[in-house]
Amino acid sequence: MTPLRSIGVAALVSAAALLSSALSHSAGTPGGAPLAERAERGAVDGYASRTVWACDRRKSVVVEGVRPDEKLPPRKAQQVASLLGDLMRFCNEEVVARISTQERITLSVNGLPYVDYVPGGPLPVELVHGKVIHTDRDRQIWKAELDKVVAEGDRLFHSDELGTNGIACAMCHPDAANTHPETYPKFQTQLKKVALLRDMVNWCIENPLEGKVLADDDPRMKALEAYILVKRGHVPLEPGKH
Amino acid sequence: MGTHLTPKELERELRERSPESENLIRSLMSCDRRHFLKVTARFAALAAAAGVIQPHAFQLVEVASAATTPEAAPAVAFSFAYVSDSHLYARGMTHRFAKAAAKAVADVNALDPQPDFVLFGGDLAQLGRPDELDFGRQILKDLKAPLKMMVGEHDWYFDLGEKWREMFGPDRYSFDHKGVHFVVLNSVVEKDFWTANGFTPEQRMNIVAGLDDGRQSRFEVGEEQRDWLAKDLAKVPKTTPLIVFSHSPLYKYYRPWNFWTDDAEKVQALLFPFKNVTVIHGHTHQLLTNRIRNIAFHGMLSTAWPWPYAPTGLPKLTLQMERADPFDQFDACGDGTVDVLAKGGVDKHYNLWDRNPRIVAYADVLKGIKGGGPSY
Repeated sequence: MTPLRSIGVAALVSAAALLSSALSHSAGTPGGAPLAERAERGAVDGYASRTVWACDRRKSVVVEGVRPDEKLPPRKAQQVASLLGDLMRFCNEEVVARISTQERITLSVNGLPYVDYVPGGPLPVELVHGKVIHTDRDRQIWKAELDKVVAEGDRLFHSDELGTNGIACAMCHPDAANTHPETYPKFQTQLKKVALLRDMVNWCIENPLEGKVLADDDPRMKALEAYILVKRGHVPLEPGKH
Repeated sequence: MGTHLTPKELERELRERSPESENLIRSLMSCDRRHFLKVTARFAALAAAAGVIQPHAFQLVEVASAATTPEAAPAVAFSFAYVSDSHLYARGMTHRFAKAAAKAVADVNALDPQPDFVLFGGDLAQLGRPDELDFGRQILKDLKAPLKMMVGEHDWYFDLGEKWREMFGPDRYSFDHKGVHFVVLNSVVEKDFWTANGFTPEQRMNIVAGLDDGRQSRFEVGEEQRDWLAKDLAKVPKTTPLIVFSHSPLYKYYRPWNFWTDDAEKVQALLFPFKNVTVIHGHTHQLLTNRIRNIAFHGMLSTAWPWPYAPTGLPKLTLQMERADPFDQFDACGDGTVDVLAKGGVDKHYNLWDRNPRIVAYADVLKGIKGGGPSY
């Protein structure tokens, strides 16, 4: 038995337990009608719904047309349990499934729009970025990679190693102030040509710092640009200004 | 008469009256903006003397100043000059900061009459090295007027002021000059952030030298020095004009860059009892004007580079300077003079290299209006 299958079984057992003990709670209904009012409408009320959670509390199935306090019919209960078992394939994701009164099943993964789902069929997810669903771990790795480049830019920006005379970028630009990356590209009047941020960075390296200009694809240039843009990221874009 | 003359009519009228005005008109037409103020002032005086035009009517020359009123200039008791924030590396006279410091020395030496003394506003060195301080002393040696030294954090945190004090004496002192009591403070005292972190003297200096380096403490005058100040001021009559020099502003402008003195309020409290107090500070490398109750505050220009204005906290009385042009090494840098007025208070002169000079008049500071006019 694969680990995934065992989780599915656990979910199934859990869902079954929920059915008998009626421990689950109602999610809000689309109409937002008060609970007492909804209860009076009876089992066929299209606005009534009952939500069943999987044991990981990240997957849920909303059964439409069933009141929160109503016991699920055995066939529906089986359908919910199978569906929750299926959804465990999404492992780290937040999934909400809805079973409509017409038995149509739709899914929303991580708050994305609802899409149709056929039980047993392929998962209805737009799998881009290498056909994997991004995990928290992935995101942490990406952030660490980004932070590393920005930190290197921060270091270079405060270091005298880009120049030859002891001067560093941050001496005139504390916290990257007065760098105005949001204004590039623009016609840099002093250079008498249209400049990108990197052109101005290179001007500063060559003149006040008396250093050697960096190639456009030099990792140090990328790091400097990354640091400046991150520091000034809250400033609205104003290309061509100032 | 005269107030409704067109410029052409005025010109004709003046030409007829004296040959000197002929010369003035010619110079006015050919002069650059920097000399415009000087020439217009003489022009105005001449016009007023000739009875052609009332002095205040001449203020239609708007560039002179939006805020300056046409009152007669107050009597100046004496003047001193300042040079500040030179941030020297010991890399010889070809280094751009050394050239800038030498330019300031030449400026001050060219003043006629000479100032009573020259204040150096701190940050003579960049990284507090003995050779940097020594190099700075050699550049300042060429000053003709007597030199008063103040310490900055860039002079201090390599050896905690050892070399600086050996060269220049105590880091805090007071003196009296022509009826004014002067105090020089060391306002860049930081709480020990290095011992626990095991920073070497070099690391400690590099951290403090980084304006945006949050690993350091905030500047303060400190209790011990405040006690000294209280004792020093106890001897001084409350009516004696007081001028205090501090490297950091003795008020709270922007904490992350240490445009800030942590115990500013406590120091101000010692100064409030005096009728007339001026604080002149370095560190911020920009035009700054502030007033808190009876205390007028003025920033000094750096010779090395200008700082941008901080994102928040700018004193309301400051008429901001336009952004500096990075392609001009000397833009927004400079030195200046301070006219100490006979009635107390100072008119602060910013001698901006490559821009029009700015004069922030005591009268404007008292009135709470932004003085000095644009600097471009």
